[in-house]
Amino acid sequence: MTTENLPELRANIDRRKLLSAIFAIVGLLSILVGLIVILALVIQLGIRGVPRLSWQFFTSFPSSNPEEAGILSAWVGSFLVMLVTTAFAVPLGVAAGIYLEEYARKDWLSALIEINVTNLAGVPSIVYGLLALGFFSHVLNLGESILTAGLTLALLILPVVIVTTREALRAIPGSLREAAYAVGASKWQMIQDHVLPYSAGSILTGVIIGLSRAIGETAPLVTIGALTFIAFLPDSPFKAEFPFLSFEWLKAPFTVMPIQMFNWVSRPEPEFQVNAAAAGIVLIAMTLMMNGLAIYLRYRFRKGIKW
Amino acid sequence: MVEEAFKSIFDSPELQLKAQVNNLNFYYGGTAHVLKNVNLAIAENQVTALIGPSGCGKTTLLRCFNRMHDLYPGNRYEGEILLDSSINILDRQVDPIEVRMRISMVFQRPNPFPKSIYENVAYGLRVRGEQRQSVMDEKVEQALRLAALWDEVKDRLREPAYNLSGGQQQRLCIARALATDPEMILFDEPTSALDPIATASIEELMSHLKKHVTILIVTHSLQQAARLSDYTAFMFLGELVEFNKTITLFNQPLSKQTEDYISGRFG
Amino acid sequence: MTEHSLQLSSPSQLYQKKRLRDLKEQAIQFLLLLAACSSVATTIAIMWVLISESVGLFQHVSPWEFLTGTEWAPLFEPPAYGILPLVCGTLVTSAVALAVAIPLGTIAALYLTEFASPQLREAVKPILELLAGIPTVVFGYFALLFVTPLLQKVIPDLPGFNMLSPGIVMGIMITPLISSISEDAMRAVPVELREGSYATGATRLQTAWKVVFPAAISGISASYILGISRAVGETMIVAIAAGLQPIMTLNPLESAATITTYIVQVSLGDTPHGTPEYQTIFAAGLTLVIITLIFNIIGYFLSRRYRERY
Repeated sequence: MTTENLPELRANIDRRKLLSAIFAIVGLLSILVGLIVILALVIQLGIRGVPRLSWQFFTSFPSSNPEEAGILSAWVGSFLVMLVTTAFAVPLGVAAGIYLEEYARKDWLSALIEINVTNLAGVPSIVYGLLALGFFSHVLNLGESILTAGLTLALLILPVVIVTTREALRAIPGSLREAAYAVGASKWQMIQDHVLPYSAGSILTGVIIGLSRAIGETAPLVTIGALTFIAFLPDSPFKAEFPFLSFEWLKAPFTVMPIQMFNWVSRPEPEFQVNAAAAGIVLIAMTLMMNGLAIYLRYRFRKGIKW
Repeated sequence: MVEEAFKSIFDSPELQLKAQVNNLNFYYGGTAHVLKNVNLAIAENQVTALIGPSGCGKTTLLRCFNRMHDLYPGNRYEGEILLDSSINILDRQVDPIEVRMRISMVFQRPNPFPKSIYENVAYGLRVRGEQRQSVMDEKVEQALRLAALWDEVKDRLREPAYNLSGGQQQRLCIARALATDPEMILFDEPTSALDPIATASIEELMSHLKKHVTILIVTHSLQQAARLSDYTAFMFLGELVEFNKTITLFNQPLSKQTEDYISGRFG
Repeated sequence: MTEHSLQLSSPSQLYQKKRLRDLKEQAIQFLLLLAACSSVATTIAIMWVLISESVGLFQHVSPWEFLTGTEWAPLFEPPAYGILPLVCGTLVTSAVALAVAIPLGTIAALYLTEFASPQLREAVKPILELLAGIPTVVFGYFALLFVTPLLQKVIPDLPGFNMLSPGIVMGIMITPLISSISEDAMRAVPVELREGSYATGATRLQTAWKVVFPAAISGISASYILGISRAVGETMIVAIAAGLQPIMTLNPLESAATITTYIVQVSLGDTPHGTPEYQTIFAAGLTLVIITLIFNIIGYFLSRRYRERY
């Protein structure tokens, strides 16, 4: 290269740098699209729904009169379904994660399980609804109950719990495992006393993200006819007489927040759409709070632990 | 002033000055002062080697020559590197891209792109918008011949570059650097990831290349510096301790530190 | 351990202790294995339910008619069982979603990895994650009551139910998924490749587009496939905003049902267990699973074809 063609060279560079700068602007705009959508969504919901948020809205059953309708049965239903989901998804998912990460040999079985977990994560959620309808509800005869719904959502978030458990366990350094073995711990003692406690924070983060997904899921519960007009609450789990606990509520029919919202959205009357907006605010607040908590926890744990 | 200082070293009348470093200071991330008042002169069509123990700043100095430090935030230069006694390539007004088009670089580990052999060499030409296929073919062949790789790859130019051996990959990276006719090539320990046979072929190649370009090489191997270079600079703790003709520096070092280093007492 | 206690445990006692411990360890390992197998059991249960109910349907309806029929009216007299209108609806809404999500997600990922400052990157990531965490039923509301009226101002003839609006909203919902997986793939491209590109005088855009993007193409294509699966299986947004009429059309400006909305529509009604109408939703579900499976297999071969080798 000679210095004679320097002006030409510089013109070439300027042209290329201009393209690069234009792309940078386009990139920034494409990120802003997401931000603008969140804003538009929140503002749109807020304008229509916030005036409807009152004590009465939280403490009333659904009604054919939009001004009297509320979300009492929906949020109680969501809460109870989440209890069941947590009770099944967490032990099952964490145990499966421990097996795959700590015990599984490199054989066909663990390869099968791994491919299977990946594929399950990609199965559309409504297909879980068909599983619930065809298997839990009719074959196992659990009916269209809170138990069926909780089990369905537990299976739905199982891959999330398994994958985050594995990631959390993988982050524990091998030297720590060796240190436990070196003082005479058995494999399970090593896991129970060291690996699990140290990774509990990251596992919790994954569980919360899974649950926040479950609480917003509508499709898998639509198929089991999660009735939208439920003007009563399930049996209380606590009883005055022996044995003080009751599991009758597991068999109760139910509705949940997203289904209640879906029901209101599908009505043509604008008054019900106001209710839908209000339910949407509550739903978004619930999921955002759970997601925010998870993001915060992850940040905390990432900062706190230095190997 | 650098010309004055190094007059005795550049004693041959044909020697032209390609670049000169004047009072260069460099700070990583704004605070770590890693190059301290470095002065150096690079003769055209000669091989200049930078040697010194690890952490002495030799790679940092090399990467100043094509402004690679600009890629990461917070890095700061003071002083100047004059190219052809006219333009200070460290000047903020000077576009780092222009500098990199004139001063190319070969890295420590071969880093071909995940593309075909041909596309790797053609990359620099495509980047500056070359459209004519005939020009491209010609330049690619020329660069591969200069890099002594043409005979080995001419029948498989469309194959992925990763099919080549480590030594071939490094020669491919040299061809990539050569394809755009740079005035100078920076080599950052180009043979440290290669076996002895591949190293020998790269070294032979470099001694031919100096007819076409000015070469600045960082090496951890004293033997390599002695075999390859015409001039050698010894650096220690961010300072340039001694700069001289390679023969002189290795046989009659002026400074005690240089003598200790080349006789293997530390580093 | 003291001399005393050493004497207390005779070799046979020690052996018994070890046996007991080994037994416990094996029992735990077995339980954990059972838990891990629950995911396989889920898959088997899903496939069994879908296939057994579909087989019931195919005793009334020929599979050929099901796959090639262009009219879907199982609830009418006489019933028609051609799945193609639903498949068309699914493909059109998914295509709209991907036309939004692939460019937006890819550009955002390229921008975040190659252009943005670390501070911006750290600030944007949680926002995108929040966007991905919003329940789909809320997005459905947004599509029906915000985006559709907005689009109607530009396209006055647009019906209240149409495939364009839910497609766009679905695309925006999928964008964070595509951008975060693509970003991870691009971040994994070694810095040496970038420096090699910059050292030949490339600009940021040229390095991003000609070196980083092709080097990460395997992970990026995996993100596209994941996006397609999400779009094809998405239910609530289309059920709320695209309408429930199974119309055979490829025009996104029209209203049409997808496979998923049909399942929702039947579930909302009161369809008795065991009837052909009941079985159709399982056949529709099976079709959905097969479509996502096909895309996943394509994705698998794509990522094998373009596996990263640095």
